[in-house]
Amino acid sequence: MTKEEILHLGELSRIRLTEGELEKYQTEISSILDYVGQVQEIVSDVKSVTATGPVFNIFREDQVTNEPGAYTKDLVEAFPERQDGLLRVKKILNPDS
Amino acid sequence: MTITELRKKFITGEYTPLQAWEDVMNNISEKDGDIHAYLDVYKDTKKEAEEATKRYATEGEKAPALLGIPLAIKNNILIKDRKATGASKILENYTASYDATIIEKLRTAGAILIGATNMDEFAMGGSTENSAFGPTKNPRDLSRVPGGSSGGSAAAVAMGSVPASLGTDTGGSIRQPASYCGLVGFKPTYGAVSRFGLMAMGSSLDQAGPITNSVADAELLFNIIAGTDGKDMTTISADTYPQADLKKTYTFGVPRAFLQSGVDQDVLEKFNDHIKELEAAGHQVIDIDLPLFEAGLAAYYIVMPAEVSSNLARFDGIRYGVRKSGEDLLETYLNSRAEGFGTEVKRRILLGTYVLSSGYYDAFYGKAEMVRTLMREELKNIFTKIDFVLTPTAPTPAFKLGEKEDPLSVYRQDIFTVPVNLTGVPAISIPMGEVERESVSLPVGVQYIATHGAEAQLFDIGKRVYDKI
Repeated sequence: MTKEEILHLGELSRIRLTEGELEKYQTEISSILDYVGQVQEIVSDVKSVTATGPVFNIFREDQVTNEPGAYTKDLVEAFPERQDGLLRVKKILNPDS
Repeated sequence: MTITELRKKFITGEYTPLQAWEDVMNNISEKDGDIHAYLDVYKDTKKEAEEATKRYATEGEKAPALLGIPLAIKNNILIKDRKATGASKILENYTASYDATIIEKLRTAGAILIGATNMDEFAMGGSTENSAFGPTKNPRDLSRVPGGSSGGSAAAVAMGSVPASLGTDTGGSIRQPASYCGLVGFKPTYGAVSRFGLMAMGSSLDQAGPITNSVADAELLFNIIAGTDGKDMTTISADTYPQADLKKTYTFGVPRAFLQSGVDQDVLEKFNDHIKELEAAGHQVIDIDLPLFEAGLAAYYIVMPAEVSSNLARFDGIRYGVRKSGEDLLETYLNSRAEGFGTEVKRRILLGTYVLSSGYYDAFYGKAEMVRTLMREELKNIFTKIDFVLTPTAPTPAFKLGEKEDPLSVYRQDIFTVPVNLTGVPAISIPMGEVERESVSLPVGVQYIATHGAEAQLFDIGKRVYDKI
């Protein structure tokens, strides 16, 4: 793992990493990948495996189960920034870029 | 004290839910300053205890199964109108707007939810040291960790504040702290218990379950929280798997080769003593080969971070939780997640992002899922010959706070527990004895693993071996 690769992972993960974190994770993630890479040897001789687990679909009627607006107040109060009952966010498009 | 004993006293009136409630609060104020099992204590629940006391006087044995029983709940399980932080800074101000399904079920059964317990941030860790709000200490030895990630839930029971608690288990997070604190910890079959209202970590691995003082209590709580849920499409019904019959004597399989490395000598001795105890009770114990189980840890540390990186994408500082604003939306994401997440959570998100990224997906995630399928097949075959796989729950007793800095050495504590989550089978950890470290006697647990849906068998053998009934 190079420092640039860790930086790129940080960008993909939407986490800003400090210089110290870059160095720390570079060593640690490299050694974890060395360890977990052993899975590649275990299944090298298996041609095809169906990944079926103990998972089953459950269906229910698509019905509204609560009064309209029952949770609105709680949810709006959880907004980190709000204005007139609406969620405030930063601009998405940057005209300079 | 067990739930069963408490209830008996509540029915006779010898002890009341109100007295129990007061004793819980006294215990917490006396001990929790040192132990820090709780993130939040719900002192406004006294009315519930008074109400329960009145109801026992009139209803007696007809009162709901958990009426007046105080329980502690891991803080990644949502309780309406209570703070649900997942022990993360990014949710330090978040209040749940609904009850998790299992919380609804506990309420219906009459339980009093007494407080929220500490944990590793978003359930990532094996020591509770990764909590953003400071670590929990092991009540048996305050210089040691209680295990994790459900360390607060285990410590809350071990310090005697509550008879039982709920935790969640993604790779051993109920069983390992139960082992470190001398308690019973139970991880159900994947899908047996609804995950609705739990903070998702590894969605194909997560299950909630009880931490208790007896196997009978674990069974009682499991039967209350289990069942299908229209809000969790992975829940299973009681007849999904064939029902295994209870037997007079069972056959245990010990994956000997798997125990050869990394297990403390005295833990291994206790384990061998436990085998003798089982044999003396008429059970059969044979050596088995589970070559793929050893690969479980490697597969786990691919699958789990992959699911973590995807599940934790929702914490972006936009709709709830802590926001650290930047110039534009992207900067707000980058800042909020940089400041909101702790070191271990970031490490797993980065790792998960790597193993899922184009070019590495097949080599890591794809292979790990294949290993997982092969492990299920291996286990299925072995369960035609035996009833339970037997291992120590963890290779060591509780370690010291700050002792393990290298992430891989912490991950290795999970070697016996993660195969259970990868294959979706149920398992229980019960105390098997104590070992000495620096003149302190520390508990260690033994793990029984059963086939899918064989909860009844696990409780049966557990009650006979541990509860002695």
